[in-house]
Amino acid sequence: MELSERHQEYWRKNLRITAVLLAIWFVATFVVIFFAPQLNEIVIMGFPLAFYMAAQGSLIIYVVIIWFYARRMNQLDNEYGVQEGEE
Amino acid sequence: MSTQTQSQFFQQLKKYYTFYTGGFIAFVIVLAILEQMGLPPRWIGYIFLAATISLYAGIGIMSRTADVSEYYVAGRRVPALFNGMATGADWMSAASFIGMAGTLYLAGFDGLAFVMGWTGGYVLVALFLAPYLRKFGQFTIPDFLGTRYGGNLPRTIGVIAAIICSFTYVVAQIYGVGIITARLTGLEFQIGVFVGLAGILVCSFLGGMRAVTWTQVAQYIILIIAYMIPVVWLSVVHTGNPVPQIAYGQVLQKVTLKENELNNPATVLGAAEASVRAIYKEKQLAAEAKIKSLEAAIATGSADTIVGEARAALDAELAALKAAPEPDAKKIEAKTKEIADLTGPDALVAKLKKAADGAKKSAGPVAAHAQPFSGKGAEKKLLNDKPDASAAEIAAAKAEDQEASNIKRRNFIALVLCLMVGTASLPHILMRYYTTPSVREARKSVFWSLLFIFLLYFTAPALAVLVKFEVYNNLVGLPFTSLPAWVANWQAVDATLMKIVDINLDGIVQLAEITIGGDLIVLATPEIAGLPYVISGMVAAGGLAAALSTADGLLLTIANALSHDVYYKMIDPKASTIRRLAISRSLLLVVAVFAAYTASLKPGDILFLVGAAFSLAASAFFPALVLGVFWKRANYLGAVVGMLAGLGVCMYYMFITYDFFGGVAANEWFAIKPIAAGVFGMPIGFLGVIIGSLLSRAPSLEIQQLVDHVRYPSLVNDIETRAA
Repeated sequence: MELSERHQEYWRKNLRITAVLLAIWFVATFVVIFFAPQLNEIVIMGFPLAFYMAAQGSLIIYVVIIWFYARRMNQLDNEYGVQEGEE
Repeated sequence: MSTQTQSQFFQQLKKYYTFYTGGFIAFVIVLAILEQMGLPPRWIGYIFLAATISLYAGIGIMSRTADVSEYYVAGRRVPALFNGMATGADWMSAASFIGMAGTLYLAGFDGLAFVMGWTGGYVLVALFLAPYLRKFGQFTIPDFLGTRYGGNLPRTIGVIAAIICSFTYVVAQIYGVGIITARLTGLEFQIGVFVGLAGILVCSFLGGMRAVTWTQVAQYIILIIAYMIPVVWLSVVHTGNPVPQIAYGQVLQKVTLKENELNNPATVLGAAEASVRAIYKEKQLAAEAKIKSLEAAIATGSADTIVGEARAALDAELAALKAAPEPDAKKIEAKTKEIADLTGPDALVAKLKKAADGAKKSAGPVAAHAQPFSGKGAEKKLLNDKPDASAAEIAAAKAEDQEASNIKRRNFIALVLCLMVGTASLPHILMRYYTTPSVREARKSVFWSLLFIFLLYFTAPALAVLVKFEVYNNLVGLPFTSLPAWVANWQAVDATLMKIVDINLDGIVQLAEITIGGDLIVLATPEIAGLPYVISGMVAAGGLAAALSTADGLLLTIANALSHDVYYKMIDPKASTIRRLAISRSLLLVVAVFAAYTASLKPGDILFLVGAAFSLAASAFFPALVLGVFWKRANYLGAVVGMLAGLGVCMYYMFITYDFFGGVAANEWFAIKPIAAGVFGMPIGFLGVIIGSLLSRAPSLEIQQLVDHVRYPSLVNDIETRAA
């Protein structure tokens, strides 16, 4: 089982996607919480912003992160020829 | 079925479950009609209980299997969408279904740590674990640790950690089943526990993971319908908008206005609240004074007379209760217990402290729902008590508030982190991603899982605000002679859930006179919204589905760790299929009965223990699992050191800080609460894996190949790790 240069590249790309998505996750969670008292000064549709994020906004971001990761990685598998055969 | 392609299988499942959902709705409608025709509520409860449990039993029996792969991982052909629903039900427990909205009602913003933590963890599952575990493709989480790190020790630690995390959790679920069954049918709690046990076993005993999967899908559908309908209705009633998640922003604003009014003594409502708070303040001071004199008496050894007086007073109250024209059995029982609990001076001190704390809570102003990390109000108090306070005093009070607020924020962050990482480490969740047909489907399946979980979790904060609005606007200010029916009903059912006492004797309800238990919010919503009893029955059935589905997954995790990892992998690797399944089923039975027995003892601190499971899982599993995939250099010694150190630090911290184990809050590090102990255990776990690995030789070539194997969904000349 030899790994080619293409394989290495696939893994590097995977790491990069993972790191970027993790950074978004971090901001949507911990930066939002840290600045919650300040963010709450902003009110949208009746919601103080930090309350909205913790109750709904960040959750939506999580769903989108996972959706994007699945889509992107499933594409990447095909691009690099490491996709699975039909089971 | 083996000749069927995956897409035919998917279409067929879709047809079955659509039909099933329609059937469930029709069933509820028929019951609603029967209720209008005069079917008594108790019968509705019985019918719901019998119908849903026999439905789960039916699926369980239809899914019976004698195939090892079917038994452990549902044959690895659960499509992403359905695995998502099953994971949702597996994940959402009685605590999520019944407790979450209540926590949010009581804690406001600070309760949102659970909403964020229990959803954001799936990002970690998706990015770090699910696809790789799927490619690895064996049966349990200790399997991965055992194969990746070699030797029996990492596997054994994995088994022990999995059992510690899952057992307390499953006891809590069975406890929840007992409570709901008791409420739905009026049976005794202990009987409820064993009815629930039967419900759990019929799902998993014959068909293992396969049966659990298909019942969990069915349970998800019931629980989500049951959760949504009352909230949507309540939203329509209050806002005219059938999408509560959008509409409650407006309601939240009204709640905030009301909070300000209630806290302002210059308004009519605020003045009434202030008078009630003043009475609580007096009670608090009186209790504190009593504690002081009692402690002084303990020091001089003359406390027994005070205890004797207190006991005599209770005896007199008991006699008065018994002499009443219509003796109230419940009250007499409570008073008898109170007398029995008064064993000596220490018990009396504890009782007075509790009274003082309770009064102190009610003596404070209304907490703002959307306000994060509010301080302790030292500045306000100072300006109130001493309007001419000096600038230095004000600054000191401000600093005190800021410090309290910072501690709350720190704890919020720590708790969110522990819940998220714990989510990504709990074996009963990770195990579900072994059951998809491919890595591709595993990735998609995490998306579906979170989407289905999200539906409930973004509704809970809306429900909390809507009920708060109802209480603040339609209950506060009412005369005691015209309380709504739901208040009287719940007060009669359980005083810990709902209690209103006219403290200041003005005949009008003040907010400070209302005591609400968190579990009330979800259970009473149908009545608050003016819906018929059949909907209350449906909500209880939803709670039952949530508790049963989680209990199923957890029991299977424990039984599989024992039968597969301990018995098959370590004791008798040559065991035949029939023998393996027989052992697995027997263990399932033993663990289930033991868990039900533990639950029937009504252990008090169960909720803390459930929260603790997340910290424990995060500390024990996460570092070894993630580094096992992302760091080839991680090896046997690293895994052993990391898991033991992580678990050890986490447990040590809980022991020294949590009073259940005899710890004290003064031992806390950075004022972090024991429930978030994982925030210390996890970094130590990572450090342990790294140091242990660097101190010993790099893993063998074979192991490094294994790491490549899990990293790529498919390789030419790939090695094979999948278990048959």
